[in-house]
Amino acid sequence: MDILYLLIQNAYPTMTVLLIVALGGLLTERSGVTNIALEGIMIFGAFLGVWAIHGLEIYPFTVMTIIVMILVSLVWVISIALLIHFGLSKLGLKEFSLKRLNFKNPENKGYIAINIIFVIIFTGLIVLSFFVFGIPKQLILIMGIMIGGMVGALYAMIHAYASIHMKADQVISATALNLFAPAFAIFTARFIQRGQQIPFSSSFMIQKVPLLGDIPVIGDLFFSRVFISFYIALALLVILWIIVYKSKFGLRLRACGENPHAADSLGINIYKLRFKAVVLSGLFAGMGGVIFVISTSTEFNVTVAGFGFLAIAVLIFGNWRPRGILMAAIFFGFTKTLASSYTALPVLYDLGFQREYYELIPYIATLIILAFFSKNSQAPKALGQIYDQGKR
Amino acid sequence: MHEKKINMKDVIKNVGKVIYRGLKRAFIVMKPSLVAIGLGLLIGLMIMIIFDAGDAFPALGTLLIGGFNGGLRGIGNTLYQAAPIILTGLAVAFAFRTGLFNIGASGQMMMGAYVAIHIGVRYSLPGTLHWIVAFLAGMLAGAIWGLIPGLLKALSNVNEVVSSIMMNYIAGNLLIILIMRYVFNSSYSRSLNILRTAELPLLTSVFPGSTANIGIFIAIIVVVIAHIILHKTTLGFGLRASGFSMPGSKYAGMNTKANIITAMTLSGSFAGMAGAIAFLVVGKNIGTAFEIFPQGFDGISVALLGLGEPIGALFAGLFLANIRMGAFYMQRYSFVPQIIDMIIAVIVYVTAISSALQIVFKRYREQIKSWSKRIFKKKEGQ
Repeated sequence: MDILYLLIQNAYPTMTVLLIVALGGLLTERSGVTNIALEGIMIFGAFLGVWAIHGLEIYPFTVMTIIVMILVSLVWVISIALLIHFGLSKLGLKEFSLKRLNFKNPENKGYIAINIIFVIIFTGLIVLSFFVFGIPKQLILIMGIMIGGMVGALYAMIHAYASIHMKADQVISATALNLFAPAFAIFTARFIQRGQQIPFSSSFMIQKVPLLGDIPVIGDLFFSRVFISFYIALALLVILWIIVYKSKFGLRLRACGENPHAADSLGINIYKLRFKAVVLSGLFAGMGGVIFVISTSTEFNVTVAGFGFLAIAVLIFGNWRPRGILMAAIFFGFTKTLASSYTALPVLYDLGFQREYYELIPYIATLIILAFFSKNSQAPKALGQIYDQGKR
Repeated sequence: MHEKKINMKDVIKNVGKVIYRGLKRAFIVMKPSLVAIGLGLLIGLMIMIIFDAGDAFPALGTLLIGGFNGGLRGIGNTLYQAAPIILTGLAVAFAFRTGLFNIGASGQMMMGAYVAIHIGVRYSLPGTLHWIVAFLAGMLAGAIWGLIPGLLKALSNVNEVVSSIMMNYIAGNLLIILIMRYVFNSSYSRSLNILRTAELPLLTSVFPGSTANIGIFIAIIVVVIAHIILHKTTLGFGLRASGFSMPGSKYAGMNTKANIITAMTLSGSFAGMAGAIAFLVVGKNIGTAFEIFPQGFDGISVALLGLGEPIGALFAGLFLANIRMGAFYMQRYSFVPQIIDMIIAVIVYVTAISSALQIVFKRYREQIKSWSKRIFKKKEGQ
């Protein structure tokens, strides 16, 4: 029984990463843009995110780190505030909704001022909490994930610009990003610190969540030996499900992936929408990159072990649906973990196969399942097609 | 009989005109690639200036001179490096012409390399026959590795990008298993050296001290063959038609499924040859650490830079191999050779957006023209 728990707990990190990155992929592919660049974006996000963690561990209170902390918190607070605004307008609370945020209307001045004060206070609170609590480990991790996400989003903009506005072949521009990211990481890291590895000292694993970890079975399964990223991923899954299926943005997103011309004729700006979707996927992939490095290694060594590509397989496996993606991520998580922890399982260890055989399983399984299910896959109809308004 | 006197001036004029037109046409065709290379080098230079302004210009010079830095030896090594890149570039370009994106050239190359090494180590055949057999077997292995995504695409519509990525990872792991089982050199943890007879004939007499072999000639011959297949045969016409429009060629009565399978198999066989050429050299071994060969990804850049044409892939491959060698020699300055990967990434990116970029350039040109006209008119008016 302990072995089973161990296996499940070992599977969580890979599952988490695959889930988050595949959810990012879901957003772009549902809007009709393929994003093979997830791998490169993950590397880029992981590079700067892990570097930020390294910096926070070594120099917690220099001017530079404080400025970075303030900026990052500011961006995140603003984006979360915007998200809450959208949520409120969804719930029918029109008086709080963003539509009233018209800067030209003098009546709104007070309202906007309140918003700005809110943002400043929350940013201040986050940064203050670093000082007061001396930067707890988990906050460092969250900071790193935030930075990774932001960097990933910025990096994804390059792909978005090429594939949406410049009408480039989506696979090619993504390949360029995949080439650039590891080269940039090695170049910069070697130049600045004479080695491409970026180590970090702390282990971010939560041995046992207080209270919840003591519940007999569930405590062992979900609340001990986990990373905080596991819960972040689950929260993102729920949020994304709501966004894609229950919000106006999601409806437009899906329409844009199925029939962009029809969507355009109804007044949706395809370019803007796709741009947003690609940038959001970059955010997810960047976060996933940091989480991958944090939870499977003790240093960043310019690789995410093909998880970006695997996440695309997970996405296709999950039939472009959040629930399917969850199932696929669980499956891949387990098969990936078999390779790294088969030695702990006597049944498998006695078979005497070497590690690489277990490494093969997820890839071969993907091929077989794709071969059987691709015929009736529900891929977005306009996936991978360049959107041209003049085309019929 | 009244014979016209041949006027030498006219002849020279006409020949000059023909050459000028040819060059102009070549320039127009190559313009996107040249713009891409220029922009790539510019951005590379900018990055280098940011990190170390003093060394940036000499380093860039070294980079561009490339293999010629090392004299004949350097040129030989460049040619050795160029052959596999040309072939993987050809593989990607060939599939590209059929509307397929063969990102799995790495995997196909790896399998080709393994099978060639396997035959080179474990069998002993007389003289020349040995390397020919090893080479052809490597080609066949690559073809099989390319056939699988082709079959999946044709029969059950699996996206070839995803399936060939999976095939890359399968090849990477399978390679380790196979090497450890059959051709393992446990003291160095890598594959055994191949027998002398399995080695491709070397060109050491021309390029002393280098690993240059006849691979470059094989690559050139294969490029020419691919060009003929693609542009002079019915098969090639069918392949290109499928590349232009899958439904269109289907409507015209072509067997698009067969076309997909053929294209992927041929593409895989080119990549397999690349593997065989790169590793049928005594002293070149495959290690047992997981790795996906970078030549396959270079192939993508080469194919794009060569505008998806076999002949283009030849020149792009030579160029790329040259600046890769340049990056090797550039290490005497304070730069890491990875700068080359960044430059290549920018080049790939710019080629991807080149068609839109040309429209943008055109618009700018027109704008500048209209401005200059306005300024001119104002001056006249005054």
